[in-house]
Amino acid sequence: MKNKSWKPWILLSPSLAAVFFLLVVPVCFVIVYSFWLRAPSGADIPAFQFGNYAKFFEDFFYPSILLTTLRVALETVFLCLIMGYIPAYFFYKTESKLKPFLMIIVMLPFWISFIIRTLSWINILGDSGLINHVLMRIGVIQEPIAMLYNEGAVIMGLLQYLLPFMILNIYVSLDGIDKSLAEAAKSLGCTEWQAFKEVTMPLSLPGVSAGCLLVFVLTCGTYLPPMILGGPGNEMIANLIFKRVIGTLDWPFGSAISAILLILLATIVYTYNRYMGISQIFKTLSNE
Amino acid sequence: MKKIISGWSLIKIFTLLVYIWMFAPIVAVVILAFNPQQFGSFPMEGFSFKWFVKLSQNSTILDAFKNSLVLGSFTAIFSTAIGVPAAMAFIRYEFRGKEFLNTLLLAPIMIPEVVLGVALLLFIRWLQQPKSFALLLIGHVVLTLPYVLLIVQARLVGIKREYEEAALSLGASPFQTFREITFPLLAPAVFAGMLFAFTISFDDVTATLFWATAQNQTVPVKIFGMLRNSISPEINALGAVMIVLTVSTPLLAGYISRKFAKGSGK
Repeated sequence: MKNKSWKPWILLSPSLAAVFFLLVVPVCFVIVYSFWLRAPSGADIPAFQFGNYAKFFEDFFYPSILLTTLRVALETVFLCLIMGYIPAYFFYKTESKLKPFLMIIVMLPFWISFIIRTLSWINILGDSGLINHVLMRIGVIQEPIAMLYNEGAVIMGLLQYLLPFMILNIYVSLDGIDKSLAEAAKSLGCTEWQAFKEVTMPLSLPGVSAGCLLVFVLTCGTYLPPMILGGPGNEMIANLIFKRVIGTLDWPFGSAISAILLILLATIVYTYNRYMGISQIFKTLSNE
Repeated sequence: MKKIISGWSLIKIFTLLVYIWMFAPIVAVVILAFNPQQFGSFPMEGFSFKWFVKLSQNSTILDAFKNSLVLGSFTAIFSTAIGVPAAMAFIRYEFRGKEFLNTLLLAPIMIPEVVLGVALLLFIRWLQQPKSFALLLIGHVVLTLPYVLLIVQARLVGIKREYEEAALSLGASPFQTFREITFPLLAPAVFAGMLFAFTISFDDVTATLFWATAQNQTVPVKIFGMLRNSISPEINALGAVMIVLTVSTPLLAGYISRKFAKGSGK
């Protein structure tokens, strides 16, 4: 028994080494770099000062991008919740033979390239996209309506990317609820709606909150949908980081913005974990 | 009673609408790929394979495909090679700090890719190493490791320890036990983990944009570059190819793993 204690560590060491050197250490570098200075020549000077953070909050420009990010994230979570709960509930309740098939279909987008799914909305929302084409054909409008390159289009792209995560999280939670509970409530005189509101819905909340957290966190770090479907005013925080680091090579400032995003998300995840426990999310993801 | 039925049919209709909403854009990509017209948009003006032919003659895209395949395969191999032992450790052993370490290894799921991208690139820069294929590979291993871990762990929980103990008590060495008992039972999960790692690597854009050089661009990065102008029929054709490839992979894999599972008596 005694010689067994080192065994798990041998099995773990490659993964731990990978995550330590390729994630933990680099993230520490980001934090350290965020205090450095950038010389006018472009060189980075080691220092310990809060200038990069001060620059971020100096005027309204950068914080407004942060606010846009948070607003888009909340809107996406809200829409995802509505568009996700009902299909998840359908899967929970249905006795159709097609259910396994329908569930596979709903998971298919996971496998379809993210960039293809994002750009596919151009074919729908663009000036010569499906909607404008049909509306002009039947004569409702003469000129195409501009539906692309705004916040709505960005949210469309995000929803399509994140909805399967939400449906899966809610469904896993619903699936664990004994259907006889709602039946019992009904036999005691509840209506269908009351039984749902008082019994099923509260019991599904762990899945709902896990889905919301996952969608929120993933939206906050999103880069592609605002780039492809958004206009100049729909920049989100990840776009800003990319521009500062790859575009202007301003590593210290880019690091500081990364650190701000990281701290924000860590606070949210930490608070969530405190009250709800993070394991629900991992449990659901492993079901896929 | 009547009210209940109508409520249920509303749920059904809503679910159907969500399906349509989710798949309409994807279907549109595939349809438009066959549109011979120059601008890659509606209306359809016939049916042609012209853009697929043009695609197959585009050497930069073919190179990108090759890069993606090589990168995805190596990522899948490395990620499962280090992920499977870690999953074994978490499920089969008790040790201090298990919860914490498990969360640490799953953390990359919750960290925005942009931050991962910046962090690793910063580290490489500090080490004064140039961007290279190796950077892309190690980056993708970190990105995919949590998913491999999740899938393999979930599967391992379902494999009874008694099987392994029986083999050990009958005189098999630990390695023999792993090779003869654990691994065959675990194979579908390892396979699924590899497939998942491959897909995530093949699909990744954001972090790859940070790490890739002009020489080792992947397909999604290439598409991103092509999009600068506008959507073209060639992009739709490429999209159609990728949709067909990526949709058939899990379906095929599901079929194979079911065969596997039947073979192992599950």
